[in-house]
Amino acid sequence: MKIIVCVSHVPDTTTKINLGADGKNIDPAGVKFILNPYDEFAVEEALKLREKNTGEVIAISVGSDAAKEAIRQALAMGADKGILVKGEKSDSFSVAEMLAEAIKPIGADLILLGKQSIDFDGMEMAPMLSELLDLPAATVVVGLAIEGTNVTAEKEVEGGKEIISLSLPCIISAQKGLNDPRYPSLPNIMKAKSKPIEEISGSPASGRTSIIKMDKPEKKRVNKIIKAEGNPQGAAIELVKLLHEEAKVL
Amino acid sequence: MTDFYDITGLLTEEQRMIRDTVRNFVTSEVLPIIEEHNQAMTFPMELIPKIGALGLLGPTLPEKYGCAGLDSIAYGLINQELERGDSSIRSFSSVQSSLVMYPIFAYGNEEQRMKWLPRLASGNAVGCFGLTEPDHGSDPGGMVTMAKKVSGGYNLNGAKMWITNGTISDVAVVWAKVDSDDSKSIRGFLVEKGMKGFTAPEMKGKYSLRASVTSELVFQDVFVPEENMLPNVQGLKGPLGCLTQARYGISWGAVGAAIACYESSVEYAKSRIQFGKPIASFQLVQAKLAEMLTEITKAQLLCLRLGQLKNEGKMKPAHVSMAKRNNVAMALDIARVARDIHGANGILGEYPIMRHMANLESVKTYEGTHDIHTLVLGQEITGIAAYE
Ligand SMILES: Cc1cc2nc3c(=O)[nH]c(=O)nc-3n(C[C@H](O)[C@H](O)[C@H](O)COP(=O)(O)OP(=O)(O)OC[C@H]3O[C@@H](n4cnc5c(N)ncnc54)[C@H](O)[C@@H]3O)c2cc1C
Ligand SMILES: Cc1cc2nc3c(=O)[nH]c(=O)nc-3n(C[C@H](O)[C@H](O)[C@H](O)COP(=O)(O)OP(=O)(O)OC[C@H]3O[C@@H](n4cnc5c(N)ncnc54)[C@H](O)[C@@H]3O)c2cc1C
Repeated sequence: MKIIVCVSHVPDTTTKINLGADGKNIDPAGVKFILNPYDEFAVEEALKLREKNTGEVIAISVGSDAAKEAIRQALAMGADKGILVKGEKSDSFSVAEMLAEAIKPIGADLILLGKQSIDFDGMEMAPMLSELLDLPAATVVVGLAIEGTNVTAEKEVEGGKEIISLSLPCIISAQKGLNDPRYPSLPNIMKAKSKPIEEISGSPASGRTSIIKMDKPEKKRVNKIIKAEGNPQGAAIELVKLLHEEAKVL
Repeated sequence: MTDFYDITGLLTEEQRMIRDTVRNFVTSEVLPIIEEHNQAMTFPMELIPKIGALGLLGPTLPEKYGCAGLDSIAYGLINQELERGDSSIRSFSSVQSSLVMYPIFAYGNEEQRMKWLPRLASGNAVGCFGLTEPDHGSDPGGMVTMAKKVSGGYNLNGAKMWITNGTISDVAVVWAKVDSDDSKSIRGFLVEKGMKGFTAPEMKGKYSLRASVTSELVFQDVFVPEENMLPNVQGLKGPLGCLTQARYGISWGAVGAAIACYESSVEYAKSRIQFGKPIASFQLVQAKLAEMLTEITKAQLLCLRLGQLKNEGKMKPAHVSMAKRNNVAMALDIARVARDIHGANGILGEYPIMRHMANLESVKTYEGTHDIHTLVLGQEITGIAAYE
């Protein structure tokens, strides 16, 4: 089974984000980037399928050299090889086009990706790839079973679940709950160094949308958790006190 | 994560990935359970296979034995992250890696390595290191545990005390004085669980390293076959060579404990309101935080340079003494100041402070006490050994 996992390199949720001088992008200086957490579910699912059926897992990312770090992380988890499509990510569509172009000649049985990347939260990649590659897709999937070429995907819907049937080759976007992603083991981190990352150049940006301006939220909300352990009355009194004295809404 | 001087920028991509992996592991697997184990005085046994699968045990040894073949800076970072969780977890891994797997690798023969290293690396077997005795701590050369030469092996008698992992071990690296016609030197023995006459009762009533198993090892006419003696080292330099490895890891580990206390203090100081403002706005509190960050940064730089020296094969035991001595004392001071910043909350298990503080009291004493390392440095400077 040939499985492609699309991975993206995104700012860690715990890093402080500053805007770049042009106000249209974030300033990457000092920002810690990680493998998109939803892509971890996709990588894990690919590895589990490979362990069951044998085959190959290819991690692919669009971006600059820095995106190799996300590929390397997927390799350390156990993917076999990586492809970096070098190109400017002007918007989701441009990324989808570059991905589709790189994926097409590979002839994969399955394309897995996270349901969204936590930087722009677009949730557009799976549907766009589905169109561009003319393949069926199931998105925001929490359960996956593959028998021969029959694919059964499960997704959560308001108050219940939905079971979708489709067939290989297809596209699946992973939701939290699909599996429990493994930690890359230290020996695998070391082995990842010698796994190949092929570099290809993506076609020039063909974005259909452009960012006019980015703004930081006006004021950071200060969240406070009042612990109620063993003393719910005390916690309620504390809550009322805070609403009165600090939030000044009572 | 506290990294004021961008030490991350001096690490390789693999070193960063290793650090971040262990950090994530500690955040999701250790921190949620550790306080409960600390209160109950139990070691989280369920972590052993996970720690093994991650490759944290004996990580600098060759791949041939199921290990990762890491460099020393990566090994240091592992210790730093584990001890950010708890010194008990770091102690477990230090003992297994530096005091059990290292001597089997460095002083053992190939059969001993193949028999033990893969099992110890995966966490399928646990090991301990028996050097300290009830009456011989800082002066291990005075040990009275004896191995009398008999046909086919040795007859072991004596007792060890304060032995981390003792009760849960499958193999103990035990240092004993050989009593035979041609030799009186200290040798290392692999004493296996279940050998007749060998028991390892757990020590109770600790206020420190409560989530770590600390034991006595008792040997009553234990027959240890010849093939269980480590062939390639004799004398005190055997155990001391292991301790240099372990102390190196502790130098990094202490930084992790200090970071945990410091980060909790910053967060607490910013959210705790007294006199109508966050206590972080008071000069005295800011001075404490500034001092903490400065000391942590100095310790981080000490570690990094020590790691470079170790990677280059230029590290001397006295270099390690300086880092162990400085960093553990630094961490203990920071834990105490952190307790103060947390006010009364600082004494609760809800915050990691008292747990780290109490743990660090052991860390200050084991692997060479703070004062003994002072004297090692004194000897390095003057050429005169003051501890003898
Ligand atoms: C939780 C824990 C786990 C441990 N795990 C292990 C283990 O796995 N394996 C193992 O072998 N040991 C282990 N130890 C033992 C540890 O290594 C010893 O406690 C340590 O070497 C100190 O020995 P001691 O406790 O006998 O103190 P002592 O040597 O009696 O020292 C008492 C005090 O006297 C000072 N002192 C001693 N000699 C001198 C001198 N010449 N000049 C000035 N001051 C001096 C010391 O600095 C110290 O302050 C552990 C200890 C603890 C607390
Ligand atoms: C075991 C125990 C028993 C206790 N028993 C009692 C009791 O019987 N009855 C009772 O009433 N109370 C009792 N207390 C509460 C105790 O008196 C308080 O903990 C103490 O007054 C400190 O208050 P706090 O813990 O809220 O810390 P905080 O006041 O929040 O102080 C936190 C830190 O901020 C510093 N700080 C605060 N304000 C300033 C400032 N303006 N400038 C510079 N630094 C500042 C403090 O020095 C401290 O380091 C007890 C506490 C403990 C731990």
